[in-house]
Amino acid sequence: MFQLLSGLGSRVTGRIWRLGFASRFLFATLLNSGMALRRFNLTIREIYFSGFLSLIIILVSGLFVGMVLGLQGYDTLQRYGSSEALGVLVALSLVRELGPVVAALLFASRAGSAITAEIGLMKATEQLSAMEMMAVDPIARVIAPRFWAGVVSMPLLAALFSAMGVFGGYLVGVVLIGVDEGSFWSQMQASVDFKEDIVNGVIKSFVFGIIISWIAVFEGYDSEPTAEGVSSATTRTVVTSSLAILAADFILTALMFRGS
Amino acid sequence: MSIAPSDSLVKISNLSFAYDSRPVLSGINMEFPRGKVVAIMGSSGCGKTTTLRLIGGQLKPTQGEVRVAGEVVHKLDSDALYALRRRMGMLFQFGALFTDMSVYDNVAFQMREHTDLPEELIHDLVLMKLHAVGLRGAHRLMPSELSGGMARRVALARAIALDPMLIMYDEPFAGLDPISLSIVGELIRKLNDALGATSIVVTHDVQESLKIVDYIYFVSEGKIVAEGTVDEIKASGAPYVHQFVWGEADGPVPFHYPSSSSYGEEIMTVARDQGAARG
Repeated sequence: MFQLLSGLGSRVTGRIWRLGFASRFLFATLLNSGMALRRFNLTIREIYFSGFLSLIIILVSGLFVGMVLGLQGYDTLQRYGSSEALGVLVALSLVRELGPVVAALLFASRAGSAITAEIGLMKATEQLSAMEMMAVDPIARVIAPRFWAGVVSMPLLAALFSAMGVFGGYLVGVVLIGVDEGSFWSQMQASVDFKEDIVNGVIKSFVFGIIISWIAVFEGYDSEPTAEGVSSATTRTVVTSSLAILAADFILTALMFRGS
Repeated sequence: MSIAPSDSLVKISNLSFAYDSRPVLSGINMEFPRGKVVAIMGSSGCGKTTTLRLIGGQLKPTQGEVRVAGEVVHKLDSDALYALRRRMGMLFQFGALFTDMSVYDNVAFQMREHTDLPEELIHDLVLMKLHAVGLRGAHRLMPSELSGGMARRVALARAIALDPMLIMYDEPFAGLDPISLSIVGELIRKLNDALGATSIVVTHDVQESLKIVDYIYFVSEGKIVAEGTVDEIKASGAPYVHQFVWGEADGPVPFHYPSSSSYGEEIMTVARDQGAARG
């Protein structure tokens, strides 16, 4: 019993220590962001790798999610004789929830894992040490540009995901099933509020961007410099990011949309 | 070799270091005179690379100090440490080239980070550095396209990019074929003399080191067990030096990993365990 409690306590304190270390690491990254912002070409290069190269998976997933929403939404709405509200259902589902959350989950799997693996391998092959010995701070030169690239890319990818999803919903609802096109677009335009829905969705995806980028760069930097260590760190990035996104989504939704 | 205190670029005094509770270095003293190539030798895990990291300020000593150009390294703040590192070059064991950059960009890295030189001048300087290591024609290649020996030479060109006063080499001969090994050895000596730098070579390659260095420290279990010039080391009768220089399998460094029980007792224990397992 004592051993069980001691083991549990040790694991809990270990996690708290690690969270503290990760927080200090985030603080150091923010403090050393001058180079990433001043020499923005470093950040743009990372936006290309983590953002632009994630476009295919984001756009294709957005299209299919929108198409499924169109099918499922029509099936439910037509029972109540309100199939013309399909555009509203698709748009609100995507802009408020599915866009930011699904895009974030995909971004964590596609780009977050790649960032962790890259930084972890740089550490294992002593590239980060070499940089330090060349009087170049790896946090400023390697970590901060990747962090800000993730933060910038995430809202853009979520917006594209939602836009593609709406198009998918249109394809299925209007083109395939035959819902009235005018109703589809006009009801969507009338019901989707810029501040209430779109801005809140963008804020969500921005927060998710911070969470994913923070976890990805930290796990890479803190990984054991071995093949197994990098592999574990990559897995941790995807698992921790996914759980953190879902938890943060609940908190943000509760704060943003309660009573509305 | 007599060393006057003012001649030393790097001076290590009573240096101790431990990873958590595991001691790695215990009260060592070393001096690295300006313009010389000095080797730190010893078997794997004896604390050679740790010594380099302490000189470079990547680790902090638990006791004692390292002075580089008169400055106590572990007492420097971050800006002063980085300023000092700009005057150092380091060659890592497997080169540690930046894999997302070409050979050219690897060598140009420090010039772009630390100077405001125009790109045309950087271009000329990079090609000069690559020419010095015999790889001018390889400047467009990526690190993945290089052999081990070529990668080590590119890393050497990168280490001397800003004409450092101190060049540190961590196992520069590890895993190289005899030709590459000889080329790298020759380059270490020639570049040191051409740049008027001081070089510290951490290695366990005795034969190649004896050809190029001026002075040698032998480290074992965190302590200096022998030191001297090449001739002194060759003539040394110290058992550890003799075993190391002549590559003998047994000696002060035992062939068998020390065990708490005797060989006979272990055989009996294994037999008992197997008997119990069979029922």
